Amino acid sequence: MSDNPVFDRIKSEIDSNDVVLFMKGSPMFPQCGFSAAVAQALTTMEVKFKGVDVLEDGDIRNGIKDFSNWPTIPQLYVKGEFVGGCDIVREMFEAGELQQLFKDKGVEAA
Amino acid sequence: MRACLLRPKDRKMTMHQTIETKIHDAIGPAHLEVMNESHMHNVPPGSESHFKLVIVSDTFEGMPRVRRHQQINSLLASELNGGIHALSMQTLTPAEWSARGGEIMASPQCLGGGKDDIARS
Repeated sequence: MSDNPVFDRIKSEIDSNDVVLFMKGSPMFPQCGFSAAVAQALTTMEVKFKGVDVLEDGDIRNGIKDFSNWPTIPQLYVKGEFVGGCDIVREMFEAGELQQLFKDKGVEAA
Repeated sequence: MRACLLRPKDRKMTMHQTIETKIHDAIGPAHLEVMNESHMHNVPPGSESHFKLVIVSDTFEGMPRVRRHQQINSLLASELNGGIHALSMQTLTPAEWSARGGEIMASPQCLGGGKDDIARS
C-alpha cells in the first residue's frame, strides 16, 4: 500500500492482470488512434488483455501519468512492468520484440 | 553602433520552433525532424497541438526506449503541460537510423476522443 489511493488502484490492476492497457475508450471501441493502434497490435497477437478506459475515470487518467512517469495515453503494462506507449509498442511489434517479450514473460500470444 | 534588434529568440517562438530549439540545445541531435500533424486531427486550422518527432542522437546509445522517451518528455514538460495535446516520437541512435534506411512509421488516424487530454504514446 502507498499513501496514494489512486496508485494503489493502478497497482492492483497491473498486479492482477498479466497484460493491462490504459487507453482511451475500450478495446472494442477505442476513442483515440494511438490507443486503437496498441489495442490492434495486441488483438493481432491474440494476447488477452485488460483495457482500462481512462476516459471513464479522471483519477486514473491523471494518476497513471505520475505512476509511470509518462505523460501520455495509452500505456502498456506486462506482468507489472511498464513497456511503453504507442510509439514504443508499435516499434517493438514491427521488430518482433513484443512477441519475444510475451514469450519471455510467459504470456500466451500467437 | 548598429544593434541587432530582434534576434530570433527575442521573438515569441512557435511551438514548432520551441520544440526544435529545446532538443537541439539539450542533445545536439545528428538528425531531427519536427512535424506538425495537427491538421490530421479535430482541431482548428493552424493549430500546433499534435507533433511527431524523429530524433537521431548518440545520447540514446545503450538507453532503453522508455528512458529515451522520458528524457525528451522531461525536456518538453512545460509544452506537454500547456499546448501540446499529442506527441509521437521515434528516438534512434545513428546506427539504428541507418539500419532502417531513414524510414519512419506513419501516424495513426485520429478517432476524436479525449480532446482535453494528451494522447499517444
